Amino acid sequence: MSTDVAEAVRTETVPNVGRPLDRVDGPAKATGEAKYAADHDYPGLAHAALVHATVARGRVTALDTEAARAVRGVIDVLTHENAPRMRPVKRFSLGSFVKGSSVNYLATDEVHWDGQPIAVVVAETPAAARHAASLVRATYEELPAAVDFAAEEPKAVPQKGNAMFSSAADKGDANAALAVAPVSVDLRFVTPPYNHNAIEPHATTAVWNGNRLTVHDGTQSIAFVRKHLAMRFGVPERDIRVLAPYVGGGFGGKGMVWAGTLLAVLAARATGRAVRLALTRESVYRTVGGRTPTTQRVALGADRDGRLTALVHTSVARSGGMPEQVTSASRHLYAAETVHLRQNVVHLDLVPPTAMRAPGEAVGTFALESAVDELAWRLDMDPIELRMRNEPERDPLTGKAFSHRMLREAYALGTERFGWRERDPRAGAMRDGRWLVGMGVATAYHQPIRFPASVTVRMGADGAVVVRCGLHEIGVGAATVQRQIAADQLGVPLESVRVEVGDSDLPAGPIAAGSGQTASAAASVLAACDKLKRQLLALAGPPLRGRAIGDVQARDGGLFHGGGGRTYAEILAGAGRDHVEAAVKDGWVNFLARSARDGRRWVHGASGAHFCEVRVDADTGEVRVSRWLGVFDVGRVINAKTAAGQLRGGIVMGLGMALSEQTLVDPRTGRVVNASLSEYHVPVHADVPRIDVHCLDDPDPTTPLGLLGVGEVGVTGVPAAVANAVRHATGKRVADLPITLDKLL
Amino acid sequence: MKPFAYVKPADVEAALRAVATEPGAKFLGGGTNLVDLMREGVERPDTVIDVTGLPLDAVDDLPDGGLRIGALVRNSVLAADPRIRARYPMLSQALLAGASPQLRNMATVGGNLLQRTRCAYFYDAAAACNKREPGAGCDALDGFTRGHAVLGVSGSCIAAHPSDMCVALAALDAVVEVRSVRGDRRIPIGEFHLLPGDTPQNETALAPDELITAVELPALPVAARSRYRKVRDRASYAFALVSVAAALEVRDGAVAGVRLALGGVGAKPWRARAAEEALLGGAADEAAFRRAAEAELAAATVRPGNAFKTALATATIAATLRELAREEDAG
Repeated sequence: MSTDVAEAVRTETVPNVGRPLDRVDGPAKATGEAKYAADHDYPGLAHAALVHATVARGRVTALDTEAARAVRGVIDVLTHENAPRMRPVKRFSLGSFVKGSSVNYLATDEVHWDGQPIAVVVAETPAAARHAASLVRATYEELPAAVDFAAEEPKAVPQKGNAMFSSAADKGDANAALAVAPVSVDLRFVTPPYNHNAIEPHATTAVWNGNRLTVHDGTQSIAFVRKHLAMRFGVPERDIRVLAPYVGGGFGGKGMVWAGTLLAVLAARATGRAVRLALTRESVYRTVGGRTPTTQRVALGADRDGRLTALVHTSVARSGGMPEQVTSASRHLYAAETVHLRQNVVHLDLVPPTAMRAPGEAVGTFALESAVDELAWRLDMDPIELRMRNEPERDPLTGKAFSHRMLREAYALGTERFGWRERDPRAGAMRDGRWLVGMGVATAYHQPIRFPASVTVRMGADGAVVVRCGLHEIGVGAATVQRQIAADQLGVPLESVRVEVGDSDLPAGPIAAGSGQTASAAASVLAACDKLKRQLLALAGPPLRGRAIGDVQARDGGLFHGGGGRTYAEILAGAGRDHVEAAVKDGWVNFLARSARDGRRWVHGASGAHFCEVRVDADTGEVRVSRWLGVFDVGRVINAKTAAGQLRGGIVMGLGMALSEQTLVDPRTGRVVNASLSEYHVPVHADVPRIDVHCLDDPDPTTPLGLLGVGEVGVTGVPAAVANAVRHATGKRVADLPITLDKLL
Repeated sequence: MKPFAYVKPADVEAALRAVATEPGAKFLGGGTNLVDLMREGVERPDTVIDVTGLPLDAVDDLPDGGLRIGALVRNSVLAADPRIRARYPMLSQALLAGASPQLRNMATVGGNLLQRTRCAYFYDAAAACNKREPGAGCDALDGFTRGHAVLGVSGSCIAAHPSDMCVALAALDAVVEVRSVRGDRRIPIGEFHLLPGDTPQNETALAPDELITAVELPALPVAARSRYRKVRDRASYAFALVSVAAALEVRDGAVAGVRLALGGVGAKPWRARAAEEALLGGAADEAAFRRAAEAELAAATVRPGNAFKTALATATIAATLRELAREEDAG
């Protein structure tokens, strides 16, 4: 195709960024072609199952594996008495960053929690492995254990801060200000432990070939799994390949390396077989941490006009895992004259907690946004008006500028769309037959993290583009959105761009965490596309020779200046090249420097306004959410469809937190009692109303492409919006989640 | 799951012979509960006798206006049967309130009668359970008891009966037909399920060699105006905290006929006879409904985790009767 023809047929190019496109992985998933970690077959594949400890703390004094070994098809039963030893977790190593726990499985007789794996059965079939695992009998010497969060809570100690977050903050003397405030509230909140419950239970298929290891793993952090396995098995990273092209949801539960991954690799090493360890749902509950329980105090003081004079937010959570930033939203949401924030932790002998969607903010905003609502009742003021009177111009604690903040716009739009003005402000005044109707709002807030991302972009002689990055397709449309970005940057049709993800042989991608995967990768895709265009421009002959990159447009499959230019195919053919490739390498040194630089200048945060309508049965206290609207500021939206999917999914998860979910840990034993989806009540379709999601879609001027992040902000504020609507419907303030009907009877 | 032998007899006689000669055999219907329990190691049959090929899946009219329901009629089929919907709406509603569409498509009437408790400690091999292992003790007593029973419980067991269907059957005075090589028996629904007492492992009057062949519903005009109300922690796919099967006939402002049974609160499907007695002949008003409910719940034995059930059951009974009375007014 000559340049002139291309110019002649050119129609107005519609940018791909912003379009609500179907996801590229959709057909493979809908047809069942997509292969997850437990779907890979190898010659001689064996199957493993875990045996879990049934005491919280102690030593295994005897393990009777005879009956298990006698089961037909059993290959081996690995215990601390016969298993090869893994190397311990190193204190200072990037690979240690993703340790789920410090327990060195099957290396000692120590038991650190009820559910810890104490043996692994390897068999020819999954059925034989699971049956044999049920026949292993352990006896223990039990040691005293701390398993009851409520009982241990008084022993809480200050949480250690880390490089990114401090666990305490003060501005003025908030307790003194609270004492003299004309209007105040002082509430205690309780949130239970929660589990992620991704639809795909954790699974690993591990194959050793000599000292080379291939691992198919459902993970949110391919590069870190490789580092961790290299450390634990004493193998160079280059000899390990971790593959995760499809992951069936993570929500933080697949961010760390948990027992299943390690023990699959260990079992493969011990038996010389390819081994698949697909955890049962029960085994996920017993070996993978969830969200920490919390208790929180939020006290607010205000003058009679509703201006906050004091904001006190303190919390107790579990130690271990990642330090949970329970009070973080209280740093940024309100212009209080004085602030006092403290985070404390207690140690428990349970499977360590881990990050779960918006760790910290999901539970912290429940307390803060419930307390703000309660203050509005005391003031007899509209809760949105109260929030607007305290909306800060700059970050309240640091005085830094917000990079982007559109909460006023979010509430204004939501007020119109939801019909907020039709709300009768009196409690219990709105009724529909047997139902008491209530409306509530709450603010969503989450600070995304931008992780390092390395990327290559390759342009072939036929104009085909390949973007390579070890991204994680955990259900979010990771490849779909990077394809849109690359197509626009290079000015090529969407169809000519392919994005390769989910493989440690690819350039190391960001962790799928911190609402940062898309923006992190996008920054590097932008840089790599820019680099590629410069290389192509350098190869291009007339009429582009000598042009500066800024004078050239990438469009219609080539580079153009005014009416003249060359297609990429022409440039490559003219230069005698079959492809050009650009690489962007990014690492943790860059990450730290960038974070420090950005952090000095701005406060980044995605935010939103939740509007909720509930119906509460006047007789039984059953709560049904009947309407929902979320208006979000997440910066620029790349794909309205996948972004809305994530925000909506976060809201559904928040409904579960609000109304039905909780992990029941027996306070006598430390054992999870409801380790199944029949007893752990995630919302079902009938619990979820139509959810309207609206994104303001205004780019953040300080981030690449104007992106903030959509993964976590959706869940924040949801439980508070429900609790506030229930307060409006019934007059009752429920401050301990979940809001079950017995609390409303 | 423990390995087991599997047989699929072609007729009822062969099934009965098989179970009579195979100690440790279990009948398999839809498998919606038995297979779960086998996976958890709670049920460990040596032989599974698949009865789904037997010709026990018809719903037949009885001469007096009642119905005879084959033991293998699927829950979803029964719920949709126009005769059930017209004559016993509470039964259709109870069936539809149970489980999920997929499970209802599999579950059978006979299997539903034999559904075992969902007590988490019963399911967990690491917990003490007198029902699973007689004499082992009961971890539920001082454990999480939100789902547990408050009526008919004992110091050995506080497990709730999980069925919705059986609550309606209890209200309707159903009769369970069973057969073995020894002959046929008819067991009134009230005698079919046993209270735990000191032997919570014994859950029904069914002998190990007996097969449920049918359930008979007697003609019951009052049941034409009936309903099933299920209260639970989410809108679907959860067991009842409290459920109420109720039928009500009001004449001149007084209760002329009533049937009332409760789910979620009883160690077995709970026919609320004390409440029925209190209601019959009295005023059909809110105060009377509450008094009757309170009379039934007076016998409740609660734990901290399920103490709310007395108030919830009282409120749900009153609400259900109120709605039935209003319906009657309307037409």
